Amino acid sequence: MADVVVGQASVTRSTGVRKRSSLRNAVKHKSTVAFLMTLPLIVLIAVLVLYPAVYSLHLATLSKSMTKFVGLGNFQFLFKRETFWLVVEQSCIFAITAVIFKALIGFIVAHFVHNIPAKGQRKWRGMLLVPWVIPPAMSTLAWLWLFDPSYSAFNYTLSFLNIGPVPWLGEASWARFSVILVNIWIGAPFFMIMYLAALKSVPDQLYEAAAIDGANWWQRIWYVTLPMMRNIIAITTLFSLIVTFANFDIVRILTAGGPLDQTHIFATWAFKVGIEGSDIPLGASVSLFMFPILAIAAIFILRDINKRGNEA
Amino acid sequence: MADVALRKVVKRYDDVEAVRGIDLDIADHEFIVLVGPSGCGKSTTLRMIAGLEDISDGDIMIGGDVVNDVPPKDRDIAMVFQNYALYPHMTVAENMSFGLRLKHYPKAEIKARVTEAARLLDITDLIDRKPKQLSGGQRQRVAMGRAIVRNPKVFLFDEPLSNLDAKLRVQMRIEIKKVHQKVRTTTVYVTHDQVEAMTLADRVVVMNKGRIEQIGTPNELYHKPATRFVAGFIGSPAMNFIPCRLEDVGGTLQIRLTDRIAFPLPPARAARYNALPRTDKLLLGLRPEHLTESHAHLEPGVETFDTVLDVTEPMGMETLVYFGLDGTPVCGRVNPNAGAKDGAPMRLAMDLNNMHLLNEETGVVL
Repeated sequence: MADVVVGQASVTRSTGVRKRSSLRNAVKHKSTVAFLMTLPLIVLIAVLVLYPAVYSLHLATLSKSMTKFVGLGNFQFLFKRETFWLVVEQSCIFAITAVIFKALIGFIVAHFVHNIPAKGQRKWRGMLLVPWVIPPAMSTLAWLWLFDPSYSAFNYTLSFLNIGPVPWLGEASWARFSVILVNIWIGAPFFMIMYLAALKSVPDQLYEAAAIDGANWWQRIWYVTLPMMRNIIAITTLFSLIVTFANFDIVRILTAGGPLDQTHIFATWAFKVGIEGSDIPLGASVSLFMFPILAIAAIFILRDINKRGNEA
Repeated sequence: MADVALRKVVKRYDDVEAVRGIDLDIADHEFIVLVGPSGCGKSTTLRMIAGLEDISDGDIMIGGDVVNDVPPKDRDIAMVFQNYALYPHMTVAENMSFGLRLKHYPKAEIKARVTEAARLLDITDLIDRKPKQLSGGQRQRVAMGRAIVRNPKVFLFDEPLSNLDAKLRVQMRIEIKKVHQKVRTTTVYVTHDQVEAMTLADRVVVMNKGRIEQIGTPNELYHKPATRFVAGFIGSPAMNFIPCRLEDVGGTLQIRLTDRIAFPLPPARAARYNALPRTDKLLLGLRPEHLTESHAHLEPGVETFDTVLDVTEPMGMETLVYFGLDGTPVCGRVNPNAGAKDGAPMRLAMDLNNMHLLNEETGVVL
């Protein structure tokens, strides 16, 4: 009898030990702990991102009245419409041109700011960040006034040079130019601040070594600065490409897609078709088109980063 | 290859003078080491020779030409930095050949030079690796390789071994010496480590507070220091400085260290110091190796005294003994078998043939 009791006790104890040790093993696996710690964020993303994404996939397969399953019908319909291809073209022009200029201007300005002595630098950094900090809807409204054909500051100033009046938002090519200009104005400071951080992380001695090796100013940028900043440039470009591609407020406020749908990009056209045109499934189909394009860009850019990961 | 000359070179940052008018002649093929504590202006001097810092006043000449306003790339120099400054995105071969590629050397010549330098530095196997895949010592070799392939007039080293561990530092020190024996390029080497300075240099330049304290061969600096700073800086453990005064007793000149301890000076020393005023405040400078255990047969000029040891440090081949003379801490070096123990009395011998006498106020060795 006594033996049995002792036996039971030892069994309980050993399961306890086993349980504890399996917990300890689990904790030992850093990946498990990491997963548990990121779980709240994963849940949040699932609720706020995954669910709407899946739901919009579902919506895109429904008829206009949202009562019938039409499969890929909405997409077939889109492919046949000229406006859709116009939107694809304009979205690409808008995003690619804006990102290139934002990156270029950001890079140049970052260099200037980097060379300002530390004392005055904070002031400049702060001022140059202003366009990025103001809510885009508000600053775009200010731009809308500036672009006004009859009373705007731009056309008024140009009138002294006997130029104009320029139909900033009234003519397709000018309107395309204007929306891109505003996007660059708002987005360039982001590139500037990212590049500035990257520039500051390049050790001075690399430049000194390059100077002794015989590199001139341009060669120092080409052989030292750019390679050292490659990863930051790639990530910033990808991030900006995604945000610019999905832009809504600038186009919506400045032109609302006009004139004649010439400045529509995916988000504004999806809004027009889905909300204003009361065809939510078609709107969902339009917005889904951004996904494959951005996915391809992301794969290319991120693959390059992985390749270089072991350098610095 | 070329000689280097500095004439009254000054570097000012706003109100601070980092380098205060130094003159230095470096002969062709010479290995010069600038040594001193941090902030003494040695790195600034090197960077001015490299052209990385403007000079505020004076002239720098390389190969007889004044290079004050010549940019670094046209001075035909090569520099090795403390943190190596290798381009992380380039392979070892690309790092080494970067300067040559910028100058559009023929590919075959670049390859030949890189291969030769890699062979010299024993890094042939690493030629296709990126800096991140190399250890600290290997990176330092690559940095040296980058300097060698350019075949410059002057090599500049800015504390190249400071980032390495003690063992590797000794090894790389020998490597640097070997490389210099082979390529014989004029070299200016900056370090704060006096052991590096002593072991590498043809001549050592000791700097302090932006000025040159003394220039000389390692042996000259060790045995004939000109100032208290040099005497204290060169040698480890450092030279002892014991307050003392000279007195005449019965026609012989003697040196009094404490009320209890006074020794007659050896004749050669007595003749040298005889003219000094007896009232001057003086310091006896004596290296630890000239304070040893007492023997039965002492040479003339070696005097004994009894003391109580505070602390002993057995080093294996010798034992360092620390004691006080009227409150002044003093270090001696005794044979490990001499029986030195913490807190124990010991009879020590002081070799006055190797003594130095310093003026306490001016710090000048008399």
